[in-house]
Amino acid sequence: MLDLLAQYADAAGPSVVDHLKQLAIPLKGLRVVHVNSTRVGGGVAEILAKLVPLKQELGIDATWEVIFGDDGFFRTTKTFHNALQGSTVSPTSQELRHYEEVNSENAGRMRELLESADIVFVHDPQPAPLLDQVPKRRGKWIWRCHIDVSRRYQPVWDYLSPFLKEYDASIFSLAAFAQNLPHTQYLIPPSIDPISEKNMPLEARDVQCVQEKFGIDPSREMVLQVSRYDRFKDPVGVIQAYRLARRFSPGLQLVLAGGGADDDPEAAEVIAETQEAADGDPDIRVLLLPPDAHLTINALQRAADIVLQKSTREGFGLTVSEAMWKGKPVIGGDTGGIRLQIIDSHTGYLVSTPEGAALRIRFLLHHRKRLEEMGTRARDFVRDNFLLTRHLREYLTVMLSLADEGKDRIELS
Amino acid sequence: MTEQQQTYYPPGGLSIKDCALVAIATGRRARNLRELRDGIGEAAAASVYYHFWGSLLRPTFDDPRFHNGFAIWADHALHNTALAERLSVIDPTDYPDTNELRKHVLDIVDSALDEGEQIATAPDDNLFDFIRSQIVVFGTRRTLDDPSELPNAVETMTRTSVFYHFIDARRRTPGSVDDFTTWLSDIDREKYGDLTTRLASIDPFFATLVETRDELARAFHDFFGG
Repeated sequence: MLDLLAQYADAAGPSVVDHLKQLAIPLKGLRVVHVNSTRVGGGVAEILAKLVPLKQELGIDATWEVIFGDDGFFRTTKTFHNALQGSTVSPTSQELRHYEEVNSENAGRMRELLESADIVFVHDPQPAPLLDQVPKRRGKWIWRCHIDVSRRYQPVWDYLSPFLKEYDASIFSLAAFAQNLPHTQYLIPPSIDPISEKNMPLEARDVQCVQEKFGIDPSREMVLQVSRYDRFKDPVGVIQAYRLARRFSPGLQLVLAGGGADDDPEAAEVIAETQEAADGDPDIRVLLLPPDAHLTINALQRAADIVLQKSTREGFGLTVSEAMWKGKPVIGGDTGGIRLQIIDSHTGYLVSTPEGAALRIRFLLHHRKRLEEMGTRARDFVRDNFLLTRHLREYLTVMLSLADEGKDRIELS
Repeated sequence: MTEQQQTYYPPGGLSIKDCALVAIATGRRARNLRELRDGIGEAAAASVYYHFWGSLLRPTFDDPRFHNGFAIWADHALHNTALAERLSVIDPTDYPDTNELRKHVLDIVDSALDEGEQIATAPDDNLFDFIRSQIVVFGTRRTLDDPSELPNAVETMTRTSVFYHFIDARRRTPGSVDDFTTWLSDIDREKYGDLTTRLASIDPFFATLVETRDELARAFHDFFGG
């Protein structure tokens, strides 16, 4: 088996991996099942693809199960996802019935495993009704919510919450996302994977290739924003900030890199607005990248002098940590999870306007030493707080905590 | 503090421990100073602990100006820098238990409320979330038999182990001191007097845990050589 722990020791430091090994000693042999709705694509699958083998290497009997469903089921769960993020959409009663039937079928298929597990982590709303279908369960069941539900659409939450209330605990990414549920709600922020294509070290020539491909002049300064084309990411505000800063750094280039818009009419509008704001400026590149362009994004982040994430609203915004991991100071919107990642004036800057972003770009480009020191601190900060190893440590801690939920302090012998 | 007085240094040796902390939402939120005051008054001791101590292990700690959750929020969300400064200067080890600490925080917040002409309200996406924590403490199977082992041992400690021995110790030992000082003083107070004085001058509230570890290691190397 690939020695994953050794790879993470290289990235996060050997003491971090030693810590995980010690923390996992009392959990050896525990039967842990993770259930989600897809094995490939999306952030949850990416996390589980690493977390589960890491738990296995630590001696935990961990498995990863995926529920099956047809197109109708996934249309319904996509509606849930949108509603939990604030869209005023609800499935029909027929769709809800089908959603429950699919979960019931999946419960039948996995019953033996789920009944015998010591701990079951159910990820997001797709498999949430499984618990109801396993009355002879003997372990603890935890609902892990990866979605920003702080602006959830109430009718959909009202439908889902009776399923969720039966769980022994839940996990949210931020305190602001926690809900009124009758059980312990743990807080575990997301993380980046330092050995994934998006974050692994690259050779200088790989970065140069990407610069050449997109016509980026490596001899001139470049600022970058990587994000979906969404108004809350404020790409037009980024262009305004670039124009204000360029008056003092005439060679400055801007790259906006994000996904395409085949199935998202609003994204198409935002791309059009962004291209209009760019107004043919040859030093602004508005890139539409495929979902698997991880190496390209990695190279762009390494090529940038400063990275922006000028969101006006943000769930967590892990692109901030991705850039910081590459030693870049990030100028980010003063909102949501960006506040957890950017410590103002320390690992980057928090701003509220294009003018604020422009001022910070100007400052950093004219104080290169400060820029580099801030980038170094940013990388250290991510190493300590936002790598997958920290995420795993908190999962292990939750598993230990479940045995003594009422205690503030648990002493292991 | 007296709530959880425990010692982990068997005579003749310092047993190296480590810990992990997990944060738990209490569901309580504050949008202004009055709600913060009510929340602090009613919060569980574990929540007061988290916002003063536990958060040292969380990313929010690294605000270089303010170093407890209440002060950071007063500055960042309410823009009340004067209150943030008064809250930030509180040293939780000065209080015998969480209730005394809580009482002092409430006095400061009450004074700010008395001074305020109008109550500032935090934006919807920057409310104060009352959080509590659970800390899991475990052994590392490593015991130091002699203080001369400290330089190398501390150099390779995890940041959480530094937190446990140098910060959390102040909450659980009778004299509110770190585990290294307790151990060295038990062995020979006079011999290690200069070293424990230097340890006392290391302020963990103004540095990251890694910086604190490096400073501790320097102090031990300087004293023991090597």
